[in-house]
Amino acid sequence: MSTKTTVMQERDVKKRTLVQNIVKALGKTGTYAFLLIMALIILFPFYWMIISSLKTLPEYRQAIPTFWPREIMWSNYAKAFEEANLGNLFMNTLYVGLVSTIISLVITVLSAFAFARLEFKGKETLFGALLATMMIPGELFTITNYITVNQLGWMHTFTALIVPFLVSVFYIYLLRQNFMQIPNELYLAAKVDGTSDIKYLWKVMIPLALPTLISITILKMMGAWNSYIWPKLVANDAAHQMITNGLRNAFTDTSGQANYPVQMAAVAIVSAPLFLVFLCLRKYIMQGVSRSGIKG
Amino acid sequence: MVDSKQQWKAWLYLSPAIILLLVFTVWPIFNTLRMAFLNGYGNMAAMGGATFDLGIQNFLKVIEYDKFIDCLKTTAILCVATVPISTTLALLIAVALNSIKPLQKTLQTIFFLPYVTNSIAIGMVFATMFNIVGYNPVERAADTWGIINNVIQFFGGEAISWINQGSTYTANIAVMIVYIVWNALPFKILILLGGLQSINKQYYDAAKVDGTPKARVLTRITIPLLSPMLAYVIITGFIGGFKEYSSIVGIFGEKMGPPDDAGRLNTMVGFVYDALEKDRQGLASAGALILFVIILIVTLFNNKVIKKHVHY
Repeated sequence: MSTKTTVMQERDVKKRTLVQNIVKALGKTGTYAFLLIMALIILFPFYWMIISSLKTLPEYRQAIPTFWPREIMWSNYAKAFEEANLGNLFMNTLYVGLVSTIISLVITVLSAFAFARLEFKGKETLFGALLATMMIPGELFTITNYITVNQLGWMHTFTALIVPFLVSVFYIYLLRQNFMQIPNELYLAAKVDGTSDIKYLWKVMIPLALPTLISITILKMMGAWNSYIWPKLVANDAAHQMITNGLRNAFTDTSGQANYPVQMAAVAIVSAPLFLVFLCLRKYIMQGVSRSGIKG
Repeated sequence: MVDSKQQWKAWLYLSPAIILLLVFTVWPIFNTLRMAFLNGYGNMAAMGGATFDLGIQNFLKVIEYDKFIDCLKTTAILCVATVPISTTLALLIAVALNSIKPLQKTLQTIFFLPYVTNSIAIGMVFATMFNIVGYNPVERAADTWGIINNVIQFFGGEAISWINQGSTYTANIAVMIVYIVWNALPFKILILLGGLQSINKQYYDAAKVDGTPKARVLTRITIPLLSPMLAYVIITGFIGGFKEYSSIVGIFGEKMGPPDDAGRLNTMVGFVYDALEKDRQGLASAGALILFVIILIVTLFNNKVIKKHVHY
């Protein structure tokens, strides 16, 4: 009698684990299916951009689209590069990006050091006031800065693109947090040895805070690459145009007669550097973004 | 102890940042307020010696201006539609990603890709996907319907004019919603996945012992413990939504609308920049202040709602 029940119970348990396993396997399959479909949706625009950029115009304009170009037109890329004057735009953007990143890093490091290591009157008040400015939307500053830049005679210069954005309160905050994690004893020891502040910063603080500095650099460069509104307002002439503005201005025809493959080739060229940087420095970018919550 | 040498040094180190902030951050706060309350302020006119009366005319003009109401409407629709969609999708994707092992890193990278794009450049790609090329109204035929319409036709639907001549406001908004959601997903997934990975595994083990069903685990454990991150992505989503501008330029160009109705999709930020470029800085300032107040109210409201539901 008792053996019979145990056998039945065992069978029951086996049956239940089988059902559980099936449910589990179905769940896993469903999860993967969902993720893969979403991934395809996310990737589709990139795929469409690349294949469109390689088609001939007649093939692009076919009623039934092809999903792989019949004839691969690399020449679209050369044409795009020329038509949108991308070489010039790249140099402008790179120049603005590099100069503003370097100066901005120096200012950020000095300020973060003062807030993290030095004692002075009104430190907390000043820091609080700085943080408070982060709440205000940038559009509010833009209006007056437009006038200021105009009055300083900076219209249509790189200076107008660089100087107003050199200080970011958020980066100062980020780096200060990082600096504060470095034990103060190191600083005091350096003081006893007679090391200067600058040398201490360079030899100790900067190497230890390098990941944060790299994140700031990448976000700053991405910012230059993606900036659109401010350059459009203050320096939209050929000599100072930034890449996003140049791209948008070169292809304004929405009437349907435009050479879309060439346009897509230009978009692909503009997108490529960001992707390469992302694939190489994924960790820093994702870390920086998850802490900052800002785009570019 | 505060020694005087340190004081002096601190201010020296801070001086570049402080000078730049005074000019480009602090002064604009005061000046924008000032211009907003000077009736009809324009910078060119002011430099020419014109004076302006103190008043609230700029604000009245902004509110009375029917195009501003349109901008407000478009902005609000985009906000209200995209934030729930993108947050829900991001939550589902993050939970799914968190539950798998193989392919997790690869998929995570793919889902982050839209973040490292230029919103104007990829907007142009979306525009070509929705674009109809060579439409002939007599034969009701086009050379190219655009891939999205091809898909709709494949499933037996009718092609729609999404962004071209004669497209409806609803169709335009639908395109914008698709693009903004696509663009907003990576940041939300990143934050939510980070939150999920920091949840203590013991909660899930306890639920397993109790045999709690999956759906219940999601609503009773995961979502409550994730609520601070959810609150964060919802608030930043609303703030970003109210500042929507460049994604529309990406798809529709600077006309901010289909070819036959320029400015139809203009937003609050677009309104501010239009006024600024036309040397109507008083109007622009008033618009920007209204935007600021709206963002403030939405944030406070969200905070209040969220406080009731967030479990720290």
